[in-house]
Amino acid sequence: MSQIDAHYNKKELPEKLLRMGIILLIIGVVLGLVGFFVDPTRASFNYLIAYTFLISIAVGALFLIALEYATGAIWSVPFRRVTEFFAAIIPLLLILVIPLLFNMHNLFHWTHEEVVAGDKILQGKAPYLNVSFFVIRAFVIIGIWSLFYFFLTRNSLKQDSSGDQKLTGKNIKLSTVFIVIFAITISITSFDWLMSVEPHWFSTIFGIYYFSGTVVAALAAVTLAVVLLKEKGYLPEKITSDHLYSLGALMFVFVNFWAYIAFSQYLIIWYADLPEETFWFLQKWEGSWAIFSILLIVIQFLVPFVALLSKPAKMNPKRLKFIAIWLLFAHLFDLYWLVMPQMPGLEGGYVFSWIDFVFPIATVGFVILIFAMKAKKENLIPVGDPKLQRGLDFHL
Amino acid sequence: MSNERKIYGVAALFTKPDDIIKAASKVANEGYSKWDVNTPYPLHGMDNAMKLKPSKLGFITLFCGLSGTALILMLTYFTNSIDFPLVIGGKQFFALPAYIPITFEVTVLLATVSTVIAMLTFFFKFPSNNHVLHDTPYMKKVSLDHFGIVIEVSDPKFEQSKVEELLRSFDPESIEIIYHKEEIKYPIFEPKFITFLIIVALAVSGGTYITLNKLMFITPFDWMMYQDKVIPQSRIELFKDERGMRTPVEGTVAKGFIPYPYLAVDEPPEYLSNPLIPSRENLKLGKKKFLTYCSPCHGNFGDGDSRLHDQFPNPPSLHSQRIRNFEDGKFYHIITNGKNVMPSYTAQINRNERWAIVNYIRVLHRAKNASEQDLELVIKETGTNVAN
Repeated sequence: MSQIDAHYNKKELPEKLLRMGIILLIIGVVLGLVGFFVDPTRASFNYLIAYTFLISIAVGALFLIALEYATGAIWSVPFRRVTEFFAAIIPLLLILVIPLLFNMHNLFHWTHEEVVAGDKILQGKAPYLNVSFFVIRAFVIIGIWSLFYFFLTRNSLKQDSSGDQKLTGKNIKLSTVFIVIFAITISITSFDWLMSVEPHWFSTIFGIYYFSGTVVAALAAVTLAVVLLKEKGYLPEKITSDHLYSLGALMFVFVNFWAYIAFSQYLIIWYADLPEETFWFLQKWEGSWAIFSILLIVIQFLVPFVALLSKPAKMNPKRLKFIAIWLLFAHLFDLYWLVMPQMPGLEGGYVFSWIDFVFPIATVGFVILIFAMKAKKENLIPVGDPKLQRGLDFHL
Repeated sequence: MSNERKIYGVAALFTKPDDIIKAASKVANEGYSKWDVNTPYPLHGMDNAMKLKPSKLGFITLFCGLSGTALILMLTYFTNSIDFPLVIGGKQFFALPAYIPITFEVTVLLATVSTVIAMLTFFFKFPSNNHVLHDTPYMKKVSLDHFGIVIEVSDPKFEQSKVEELLRSFDPESIEIIYHKEEIKYPIFEPKFITFLIIVALAVSGGTYITLNKLMFITPFDWMMYQDKVIPQSRIELFKDERGMRTPVEGTVAKGFIPYPYLAVDEPPEYLSNPLIPSRENLKLGKKKFLTYCSPCHGNFGDGDSRLHDQFPNPPSLHSQRIRNFEDGKFYHIITNGKNVMPSYTAQINRNERWAIVNYIRVLHRAKNASEQDLELVIKETGTNVAN
């Protein structure tokens, strides 16, 4: 630890951040509750989008941590703690999922027994898509994630005081196991929460599609936090534009990966032209949803692609800040596009509702609150990590 | 011996990376422009020390990549929507999603290949793959464990004594003067290298040939070659007659085909009646087919006086009273079955065309024996006096 050039003195984040998070969360929750009374279906759908968005950031962040350990990455060590703060949402998902489970009737029409009774396809899917198995899956998966989060961060935090190198070794093993489990669980999560909104539709690539979005969202959140913290001087000076370049490059890669997967899914369904698959895309071409579909390509791929293409752009903090916020919005938009056209009453096209804007406010407030609370308790960099010095010295 | 030779530049050698970075930044500050640094591995911070501007190569890559995108989109659009529109899989002519993968491939291909070519031509001055520093003791050292800096004679500020003094001030391990080579050789044109290329070409093409024609037929690799399916024009044990392609049920007739009942019958019990009316189109068709298939022997007007007259058994004139009395069906029968030397024309002339020819023969008959009224009609129709 004594090798670290600039000895790390923790600088507390301003109280303002915590307050801002609380205020946003309260506004969002209050208006959201009003939304639940005004239009429970719309509110449930929006809650689902907000919930999956939180999964994306939290579990995506945990995946990034696991990736760092498993690959032995060095450059990302100085801000691994920032990533851990985002992953801290995971245990809370256990509580956040409860309102959704009470509103399943609004969300999933495979929960309506009279619908299933008259539908051969849904009867065939019933062994998987039934309420009890669904609830068990939801809790087991979040439970697994929480366990991995708990052990990974516990080891990481212990290292802050002990500097024990063995803890890194333990985390490497945990991470490799987690990555395998993550691949399965994130697929099941996407099938359960996003694909079963339209239970007649199926796409085997859908899990990867959602995964690509989660990594983009998590990377964008981490990048945004790192750039802001560095600007205000909460992170060591030694985090340079080379670190930012790596974050930018990784974001660029996953933006392309998302486009690749999204297009693969579309191309195969378009080519085969089977009615049981194409109807899902046709729903998203109905009325004003067509504009959403085209906007999705522009927002989630074209703009970030052009904005991050050149090397200076990936190093420019201002550009990264903008694109990080943009990509977080893009992922939210992606989830909205996935789920909303299936909502009863919105099949013909988009209908404006103020409820759509309430839940993102609560989500942002929630993320800020958790981040500020974790930042208060813990160091902003993993001071005991054996790779930290090399991470700070990282150059391209 | 080297005093006669032209100097290329003055080089200084260092053993520590920090020294070379310091030296490079000082040389850059002195305002030299034609100089370079050689190190065994990339040094961080060298770009800044040498005050190098970002490479322009990226713009060539971008431009050529975008050209590739435009090129392939135009190609697919032109070939599949304009030049040869073909419905494939029920998609529209310009099925953009299907062209995205190839657009991506060509974009990447053009971007990378053009980058390499631009690098070779603009920066390495292809076909020269030789550099003055190649095969010098200096280059051997900087490829191993030394860090070198060279200031070239071509620099406008070059003065040998000053440069040597400057380099010495950095406290280098040694200072070397590098001379131009006596003769410039292009190693890529050397027989050895060309032989190497030929061997590579032979090995690659031979390997490809063996892989595709021999290896692929060895058991573990021929997984998909033998499948339980009917291959056109092949034997199959599924059916009794072992024919992969099934014969149609007896009496099957092709769509739109009307069979002639008296095929290969000498004296048919009846003659069919002509289904075609002598309309302008039918007569036009009959004239065209008569001139193509009949006139070579029978003559342009059916007189039996063609160029082939007396070279074969002469065909009869179609204007004898006997032939004039033929029914339409008899002409049709003869064209279909042939007569004497005349072969059957079923393969060349279809049913409709045969009847049209029969109609045209009737036109010839009437023209040869035109009555006064006919002439008047023709004059009225054409406005000319054909009798004259």
